[in-house]
Amino acid sequence: MPIVGVLALQGAFNAHAQALRQLNVEVREVRLPHDLDGLDGVVLPGGESTTMSQLLLSSGIFDVLTERITDGLPVLGTCAGLILLSQRVLDARPDQVSCSVLDVTVRRNGYGRQIDSFEADIDVMGLDTPFTAVFIRAPLIEEVGSGVEILASHNGAAVAVASQNILAASFHPELTSDVRFHELFLHMISSGSSASSGR
Amino acid sequence: MRVKRGLAEMLKGGVIMDVVTPEQAKIAEDAGACAVMALERVPADIRRDGGVARMSDPEMIEGIQAMVSIPVMAKVRIGHFVEAQILQSLGVDFIDESEVLTPADETHHIDKFNFTVPFVCGATNLGEALRRISEGACMIRSKGEAGTGNIVEAVRHLRSIIGDIRRITQADSAELFDWAKKLQAPLPLVQEVAELGWLPVPMFCAGGIATPADAALAMQLGAEAVFVGSGIFKSDDPAPRARAIVEATTHFRDASILAKVSRGLGAPMTGIAMDEINQRYAERGW
Repeated sequence: MPIVGVLALQGAFNAHAQALRQLNVEVREVRLPHDLDGLDGVVLPGGESTTMSQLLLSSGIFDVLTERITDGLPVLGTCAGLILLSQRVLDARPDQVSCSVLDVTVRRNGYGRQIDSFEADIDVMGLDTPFTAVFIRAPLIEEVGSGVEILASHNGAAVAVASQNILAASFHPELTSDVRFHELFLHMISSGSSASSGR
Repeated sequence: MRVKRGLAEMLKGGVIMDVVTPEQAKIAEDAGACAVMALERVPADIRRDGGVARMSDPEMIEGIQAMVSIPVMAKVRIGHFVEAQILQSLGVDFIDESEVLTPADETHHIDKFNFTVPFVCGATNLGEALRRISEGACMIRSKGEAGTGNIVEAVRHLRSIIGDIRRITQADSAELFDWAKKLQAPLPLVQEVAELGWLPVPMFCAGGIATPADAALAMQLGAEAVFVGSGIFKSDDPAPRARAIVEATTHFRDASILAKVSRGLGAPMTGIAMDEINQRYAERGW
């Protein structure tokens, strides 16, 4: 049974843990650097990226996490988690940190405030039928680097991307009962390659 | 509902701080607040000043929205759906239909299904929580006793709500009808609580949090995030205290971290004992 860590500094970590447990994964909440030891994968959930950025630094997780992802630890980032992975973050606080491992440009709150939050049925590469994606004050992916594969788009913007050991989405797969996006991540863990390449 | 409840999910494990100026909002965001509550006076001052407490000036709310990138919440009076319409038009991210303000309606809360913006409401017990959810609240918080810096009422409310949830999960299907009657709450919601073992929406703690230990106490009792009202900006040195409460809310089970962040914060707000107060805000709401 794979052991997947869920970064539990702040945000929707519990919803991710529930989705993963449905898929028979052992889940570990990550609040300190040693919680990252022995993991087969790690999830960076949605929440407030400014808050998580500060807690990543004060807990000492930031450097260890970045190193592990660079060394190939599979990672799923959703919403704020996507921001924490991105190489270029627009409208961020100047002191906000990012692991800077995913070659995309994201704009924080790029879709607007909560009254602009929405749901959409989207086609995701690797899934046979549409997936209901929930966007909450979501970041907007504005540019995608050449080595990054777009798994799903909505209104012309990428909303799910993959690159080597990284899977990321601007929406929240953990807020629906549909666990297929998490299955893509588990497939990435078991195959040691990017989400859609197993097909 | 999923989009509205979704934002409540995103705030879990975080600290929502009361602020009265853009400068305070900046301090809150710098300290790691996951959201701010924009209001004209913190509850301790509302309590001191008396009179009618109302929704904040839109200009003041917009000033705070312009200053920070984290979600901005604001309060409306219980039952005052026009104040809520105004806040929604300002693009506020979450509305608190709050007993801290002077109620506008002695019988009815707002029909929160009529709004696209999500609402949080206070509750002192499970029946009250479920009635608010039946009106469309997307988050429940304990009422506590705002502006006192005294955690005792919030603890009472959390224990009452969570204790009854535990008892309901043990009840058989016939007993659930009696629970619905006793709680004065809709049966389908009571059945949902029995099945989930929890409320169908997130539950946060509010009212009286003044120290990192208070925040961790609320979290260990089962709250999923905390609101801090007067406790930060009525203390001697708000910025480090705000920062420490953020750390304590994340590392709420780690006593060594709690000890570390509790050091050298200066004096907390003085606080008030329950027998010293004339008006209990928690009794507002029906």
